Amino acid sequence: MKILVCIKQVPDMESRFKPNSEGTWYDETDLAFRMNEYDEYAVEQAVQLKEQLGGEPEITVLSIGPDRVVEAIKKALAMGADRAVQIQDDKYYQKDPWQIASAIASHARTQNYDLIFTGMQSQDRGSAQVGVNVAEMLGFACATTLVGFAYDSGTITAKRELEGGIKGVAKLKLPALVTCQLGLNTPRYPTLPNIMKAKKKELVVQPIAELLKEAELTATDKMYPPARKGGGIVIEGDVNDQIDRLLGILKDKTTVFR
Amino acid sequence: MKALLIGEYRQGKLLDSTYELQAFATQLGAESAMMLVGDAAEAPKFGGRLYLADAAKYGEYNPDLHKKLVLEAVAKEDPDYIIFVHSSYGWDLAPRVAAALKAGQVSEVVSILDGKFEVTCCNGKMRRKVSPKSARTVLTIQAGAFSLQGEPQGAPQLETLDLAETAALVEFVGYEAAEQKDVDLTRAEVIVSAGRGVGKKDNIPTIAALARALGGELGASRPVVDAGWVPHSHQVGTTGQTVSPKLYVACGISGAIQHLAGMKKADFIVAINKDKDAPIGEIADVLVVADVMQFVPAMTARCAR
Repeated sequence: MKILVCIKQVPDMESRFKPNSEGTWYDETDLAFRMNEYDEYAVEQAVQLKEQLGGEPEITVLSIGPDRVVEAIKKALAMGADRAVQIQDDKYYQKDPWQIASAIASHARTQNYDLIFTGMQSQDRGSAQVGVNVAEMLGFACATTLVGFAYDSGTITAKRELEGGIKGVAKLKLPALVTCQLGLNTPRYPTLPNIMKAKKKELVVQPIAELLKEAELTATDKMYPPARKGGGIVIEGDVNDQIDRLLGILKDKTTVFR
Repeated sequence: MKALLIGEYRQGKLLDSTYELQAFATQLGAESAMMLVGDAAEAPKFGGRLYLADAAKYGEYNPDLHKKLVLEAVAKEDPDYIIFVHSSYGWDLAPRVAAALKAGQVSEVVSILDGKFEVTCCNGKMRRKVSPKSARTVLTIQAGAFSLQGEPQGAPQLETLDLAETAALVEFVGYEAAEQKDVDLTRAEVIVSAGRGVGKKDNIPTIAALARALGGELGASRPVVDAGWVPHSHQVGTTGQTVSPKLYVACGISGAIQHLAGMKKADFIVAINKDKDAPIGEIADVLVVADVMQFVPAMTARCAR
């Protein structure tokens, strides 16, 4: 079995964001990057499946972006992926989800993957399109938002998360693509020996121009912080003073202390 | 300008979010038709054409067939926009339809800005204004962002959709009910909720102590429940409970849209967060900029006096 896991490297969401000089994406200066949280669940599920199948599947991890994404790739290799592909693209943020998906699909067509894992969305752009688009381009069965995954003899039993705590269960046969939701599993921390081993694993670097033949279908005109709606009181300073102010407001505006 | 609105139907019922599509189409100024895989007895109130496929035949979740049915309706209606709710149904189906039509998709639209679409990104900290570049456009709208003025009205003109071929790649097995709730947060007057910012499981009792001191219940955001710090029955948000207490105190919760959807109807919202820019500040009546684990124990001590 050949497995592909698609990962993205994104900024820590606790960061302060400001638009870049083009005004269409965020400025990367001073941001700390990490693996997209949803993708950590995708890597972990692939590695668990490899373990379930006695180590037989080969796991390729793929990321699109500038050279900083190799850091996320190395984490995935240290978690248990076997080899990696970096689709090199310094202007990744100018590509729309359709173009990103088409580059991934171009790569996948040359590799005969049986199963593809992606996160359900990225934490920065959050379009939730790329995984499904890749599946459609390849003609793979696809289910999104997985909080449960089981595999037996060519069939996946996928538990999808629906609204209100309900789950929907579906079966799909390989070849398939699934997108992973938070809570699907508990992503492992790479151990030091595995981090060392990861350094020796194969990393193929390919320029995006070799894979991308599609034009964009949507474009970002502008990125900007949301307008502050105002009205909310912001309390800063010493903790005891903060509590005095908050209790005063709560006694005035709510019935909780009456 | 024409729009095709894709309604939602689950467990034998039309979902109310279907009407949010109508509200959005009105704002867009589009003439709209609707498409639903459902049941004529549960047809939406709507004064236009409704393309209806039978859920008994095509399933409630059968993305391959639902895609083909949407494409049938698109062929008949020739819409400029095909619009879904950004929900577990919509975000699963919309990209399949967009790929089949090679139409640009804009996901989780929160507003219309001079004919372009505004979406959130970076966990609600930034916005993007997005322009479609294709002849047809697929949109998903943020759940709860658009609401109909007044009651929905009208009886649709039904047009039945059928497919000759019903082979599909995904086989729906069934639903699993939500876990039993050992606490009913919907009745609580005060809820004090823990988010990832509380740091670790050992800190949960500190948050629970403030809830007790205020005569309320402990709530939690999704990451805290996923990490196993608090049982799912305490989860507030899209995939947990929707609450409307008199006072909601969000401790170390950044304010992802899925959480906000579950608590924004609270009468009064206090957020305690060390990140002054956290999106929870957008809807909080009071934002206390502080370390949760310093502020909360001190607050509990003062309330207990």
